[in-house]
Amino acid sequence: MVESPSAAALPQPSGRSQATQIPLSFHPSFKPDEIKIDVENLGIFYSDGTESLRGITLAIPKQQITVLFGPAGGGKSTFLRTLNRLNDLADVVSLEGHVRIDGEDILDPKTDVIALRRRVGMVFARPVVLPMSIRQNLLYGLELRGDRSESHADELIESSLRSAALWEEVHDRLNEPAVSLSGGQQQRLCLARVLVLEPDIILLDEPTSGLDPISTGKVENSLQMLKRNYTIVIVPHSIQQAARIADYAAFFLDGQMIEYSRGPDLFTNPRHPKTQDYVEGRFG
Amino acid sequence: MRNSKFVESLITAFIKTAGYSAIVFVTLIFIFLLREGAPATIEVPPSNLFQLRWYPIEDYYGILPLIGGSVVVTIGAALFAVPLGLLTAIYIAEIAPRWAREVLKPLVEVLGGLPSVMLGFIGILVITPFMRTAFNLPTGLTALTGALILGGMAIPTIVSVAEDALDAVPKTYRDASLAMGATAWQTIWRVTLPAARSGVLTAIMLGIGRAIGETMTVMMVTGNAPVFPTGLNALIKPTRTMTATIAAEMGEVANGSVHYHVLFLIGIVLFLISLGVNLAAASVVFRQKKRAERILS
Amino acid sequence: MKVSRAAQRKRTQQYGFWGMTLMAIATVVPIVMIVGFVFAQGIPGISLEFLTAMPRDGMRAGGIFPAIIGTFWLTLGTAIVAVPLGVGAAIYLSEYAPDNRVTRTIRIAIINLAGIPSVVYGLFGLGLFVLFLQFGTSILAGSLTLAIMTIPVIISTAEEALRAVPSSFRVVSVSLGGTKWQTIRKVVLPQALPGILTGVILGLERAAGETAPILFTVASFFLPRLPSSLFDSTMALPYHLFVISTQVPGMPVRIQYGTAVVLLTFVLSMNLIATVVRSRARAKRQW
Repeated sequence: MVESPSAAALPQPSGRSQATQIPLSFHPSFKPDEIKIDVENLGIFYSDGTESLRGITLAIPKQQITVLFGPAGGGKSTFLRTLNRLNDLADVVSLEGHVRIDGEDILDPKTDVIALRRRVGMVFARPVVLPMSIRQNLLYGLELRGDRSESHADELIESSLRSAALWEEVHDRLNEPAVSLSGGQQQRLCLARVLVLEPDIILLDEPTSGLDPISTGKVENSLQMLKRNYTIVIVPHSIQQAARIADYAAFFLDGQMIEYSRGPDLFTNPRHPKTQDYVEGRFG
Repeated sequence: MRNSKFVESLITAFIKTAGYSAIVFVTLIFIFLLREGAPATIEVPPSNLFQLRWYPIEDYYGILPLIGGSVVVTIGAALFAVPLGLLTAIYIAEIAPRWAREVLKPLVEVLGGLPSVMLGFIGILVITPFMRTAFNLPTGLTALTGALILGGMAIPTIVSVAEDALDAVPKTYRDASLAMGATAWQTIWRVTLPAARSGVLTAIMLGIGRAIGETMTVMMVTGNAPVFPTGLNALIKPTRTMTATIAAEMGEVANGSVHYHVLFLIGIVLFLISLGVNLAAASVVFRQKKRAERILS
Repeated sequence: MKVSRAAQRKRTQQYGFWGMTLMAIATVVPIVMIVGFVFAQGIPGISLEFLTAMPRDGMRAGGIFPAIIGTFWLTLGTAIVAVPLGVGAAIYLSEYAPDNRVTRTIRIAIINLAGIPSVVYGLFGLGLFVLFLQFGTSILAGSLTLAIMTIPVIISTAEEALRAVPSSFRVVSVSLGGTKWQTIRKVVLPQALPGILTGVILGLERAAGETAPILFTVASFFLPRLPSSLFDSTMALPYHLFVISTQVPGMPVRIQYGTAVVLLTFVLSMNLIATVVRSRARAKRQW
């Protein structure tokens, strides 16, 4: 399927988004084969009016860490949940635009949403371990898929736990209840759980917000290793975290995307006045 | 894979059907009560239905004495069960130490599970002789006896619903009251109980609903006299409730006879009464929820 | 000596607390006394023969085996119908039902079903199952009637148990590629099972002890043989107790108390099982 040139391929400064007055400026340029997720004019409205999105257009590159940051209620979580169609669970009044992953529009009603969610894994803000053993947690996704092969499972478990920097701590107690782990360990378990399904894209929504600095560091390190093989989109829980790990960063405010560029550039040299205000701590 | 999708849609269909089944059942019950009871409205003129003699053998179908019997016994039960039940609920929820709670709650639950025929049995063998000797009566089968036992049966309902309501009052209310210098005792009566007002009201209504609907116990201990209760004396005389009438006479009635239809008519009356009580209780809960939502939003 | 306000208030509280303690005891002691009394009077009459033999001499001697078997079959029949429908409806309300008028109507219907007097259920069972569908006074008619009476009880406890399971589990399961039913089957239902089980047991306990619904739909007093099919009528413990305590002259008190003890044991043991299930589940819970 030939990709129509989206706003992402245009050099900056680009034109205005269709829905709003705020100029859609300062968007990095990518070659078409560098793009993993191509979002075009995404708009989504909930029935209770919270966290809607308007006119979001951006392209997320492969095998990089893309950070979405901004004040609370800006729509970052909503955007993330659109990428794996988790929004379907909420009361959505209207949905418009296109979100193309590897060229296919996942907002199309014919999309196999189940398969999508295996390709696009998600780690939530609070570690949610299922009330089972560590091993069962990790294998849960495979069980849903109908996989029952034992040997394959063990390899996957080990490699996922290693990638999440958790193998050393739990390899000898895989059959213990997952709730017996500490908060930081539980969150890394959630990451490993996603990795078992061998996704392409990993979404993380403030994954370290409840964690101590050491666990936070471990998770951030894991992400740096993981980006070699996965496309990572993360909502950080602080600007400092964003600045630490972002290859690319997008600033979300009130349901719109204000600015999007290479990570280091955006934090040291934000171009839009609102981005400047936020980065310098004048609000948020 | 395709197979499991089919199975899933089958199961989902069953679940949805089960969900709607409650409506189906209520409708069915109403329809069949109506089917067998409506003829009575034609066969028996209102002047007969609304008089004070229930004597079907001679074609007297006055249901007023039966309603009166139900009312007397229910009020008696309520007078007994509401204070005791509420106080017990308050005790369990607010005052009792932890170990006492763990003992009291299961015990009350046991009382709630006792079959009504069992309590009627005890009533006949133990309580009626007691009533006879204590009050010097010709027979111990009286409205009061029924009211007492019925009250005992309503208490568990009142206790469990009221206790839940009291438990649901946020701790912050109590803390605020104590912080202002009130004693625990004052807090209970001036803060916690009023806050749980609607849940407590619901508990009382459900308890009364249970009392109205009781059959076997009243049939066994209130005697067999469908006489309209007049004056306080009626308490210590035998009486008949609507429920007991149906249970006692249905077995001896010819299908399709007038008597048969009238018994079903009484069933309709009972159905409507319980409908009224339950709708009232439910609306109290709904209104409370709305108010809470408004306060919290 | 003037007593200060504070001391007065403290004294009120003390009296009040003591008074309420006494009242709570007064409410509870009769329960223990009744149960104890029945057991004390009835246990002497219990013997293997009593439990396993057929009655003789117009119920005045022999055993109550048919009543025990009858109650067993009725409870089983009730469970077969009420559990799938009740749990299914609870799953619907907790996991599928949208927040609209139809759902509210369903809930009102359930509240009503829960409040209908048991004798009215008996009338309904007579009208629909015994007469209209021509099942006759049978285990089938009795079980169906008892089942419809039990379903609202199961629904309310089961729904509460399902709702108690944290919603985050559901979101996680879906995010890992689970369908709605997979999520329910693998996570929600297993976690809610103890609560559901408690509700089922308590519901069946009530069904086993009820007399009015089976008066016109299934119960017989004197049956020379055990039921052999769904369409047979049968004896049942609660009905048996009712008849032998009110309708049969010259009935030995020993047999009356013995029957009461058997019924009470049946009911109390279900209560016990439910309590044990509930407390064990609370201890083992991983959330």
